[in-house]
Amino acid sequence: MTLLDIRDLSISFAMYDRWLRQTTQPVIQSLSLSLEAGEIVAVVGASGSGKSLLAHAILGLLPQNASVAGEIMFEGKPLTAAALSKLRGSKIALIPQSVQYLDPLMTVGKQVEQAARIGQPKALRQSIFRSFRLPEGAAKLYPFQLSGGMARRVLVSTAAVSGARLIIADEPTPGLDEAVIQETLRIFQDLSASGAAILFITHDLAAAAQIADRVAVLREGRLVDISPASSFAGMGEALSHPYTRALWQALPQHQFIEAVGWNDEA
Amino acid sequence: MRATRMLMFQLIRLVLLLAAVSIITFALISVSPIDPVQAYIGADMLRVGEEQRAAIAAYWGLDQPPIERFLHWLKAIVQGDMGTSMIYREPVLEVIKDRFAHSFVLLLAAWLLSGVIGFAAGSLAAMKQGTWIDRVIQWYCYALSSTPAFWAGLLLLIVFTVWLPIFPVGLAVPAGVSAEQVTWLDRLYHMVLPAITLSLVGISNIALHTREKLLEVLGSDYVRFARARGEQGFLLWRRHGARNIMLPAITLQFASFSELFGGAVLIEQVFSYPGLGQATVEASTRGDVPLLMGIVLFSTLFVFVGNAIAEWIYRLVDPRIKEGYRHET
Repeated sequence: MTLLDIRDLSISFAMYDRWLRQTTQPVIQSLSLSLEAGEIVAVVGASGSGKSLLAHAILGLLPQNASVAGEIMFEGKPLTAAALSKLRGSKIALIPQSVQYLDPLMTVGKQVEQAARIGQPKALRQSIFRSFRLPEGAAKLYPFQLSGGMARRVLVSTAAVSGARLIIADEPTPGLDEAVIQETLRIFQDLSASGAAILFITHDLAAAAQIADRVAVLREGRLVDISPASSFAGMGEALSHPYTRALWQALPQHQFIEAVGWNDEA
Repeated sequence: MRATRMLMFQLIRLVLLLAAVSIITFALISVSPIDPVQAYIGADMLRVGEEQRAAIAAYWGLDQPPIERFLHWLKAIVQGDMGTSMIYREPVLEVIKDRFAHSFVLLLAAWLLSGVIGFAAGSLAAMKQGTWIDRVIQWYCYALSSTPAFWAGLLLLIVFTVWLPIFPVGLAVPAGVSAEQVTWLDRLYHMVLPAITLSLVGISNIALHTREKLLEVLGSDYVRFARARGEQGFLLWRRHGARNIMLPAITLQFASFSELFGGAVLIEQVFSYPGLGQATVEASTRGDVPLLMGIVLFSTLFVFVGNAIAEWIYRLVDPRIKEGYRHET
């Protein structure tokens, strides 16, 4: 079943040039992408390619001066502002980029509990913390007291307790050490195994190829290629698009990926 | 450790401030053209001879040079003696106590009113940014903050005591009633108009600041994330808005003691309310040096305490600073 269907999405910003004339700055142009339930789709791109805006556009959280064209369907119905206000947090969850997205004056345990939409918030939070190997005492900490890895796991927890069908993960891995990255990716795989679709926005092509079913490559606001993750093997001989292949070959560590053996899952 | 050091610095600052304020006040009084003897005698001036005037001046110690008078006053105040008010013929401390008891209720009422209403109005304006509600609140705030408090007081007097006679014209208690028969309801009734007037100016200040601060919070990443979790409207405000603007608002409110006191001086004059503000005006226009010095010191202390509380609230309430302490000690 198609959970999320993005058709011909364009986003542009109204800006004022040096002479105070209004101009529009396109940031995403005619992007089409769909996600099945239980599927992980990675959107890979360099910074400035419009990745985060895609996440915010799906959630209807773009700034006022942004204009959106095209259609976004969720479970077969258009994602209008009214529909979104019911779906946000319960069926669609965001995993934001950094600890900046946590309320600085509220303990993280409380923030995770407030994100829970199914079952008993406290019990849910405790079980998620256990499975993410976050100590129970971490619930009483404020965001500024968390280490980078802990903060990341807390952010992922907010999506995990929500019981959302679609999880949009906006750059969840940068700044983490390899062990934590692997753990985060494992959590994503668990979530997708339980039926959630994950839109994994990242610039980490290796991580994307490791857990995603399909990898979409975004370049300067345009989707240049969507390839199955299995094509990301060897020197990328199976990749049809030259830009994608160039990205893959530019990776210093793709030997490492091969060694981990992600191919086993495909 | 840092907390005790901060307290020590604050105390040193207070002593220096009190010293500076008393020197400046005394210097200003000694160059003031008001002759305390003349102000004291008033209309009987023609009947009081030169000798008698000199005797009164000598009785008050006015025949001595200013520096000597100041040192004399300083010696007394260090021993805890604030002197005797010339116009009330009572110890200065008693006058201040009695007058401040009246002012305190008025100041407290105005302070709470302006804080609560200002905070609510500012929050509402920011949550409804760009709508007509926001525009009305902003317009109201700008209009109020450019309105002199005494003028607003006069307008309220005209409307609510002359056109619609529902409130008394002035004083803190009904005239012609003995002190024992005055009820707290009488006092409250007499306090309503001055308290509202005094709170008016504070409201716009706190409302505009709250609005700005809340808009900043609403534009933050954590509010964006809260919206992504489906929070909106009052829930969003209560969970993340209020929490993050409360501290600055309370701090601002405590730091506003000086404006509050300054406002009270004018308002009490307009409403003939027998508080400390009115005593200040009396003391300065009639050259009552001991009382004026006493009031100046007291109000300095009052404002200083307000600012110190503001500083401490941040240290004790904001977890980012509080927890920092815990880790250091």
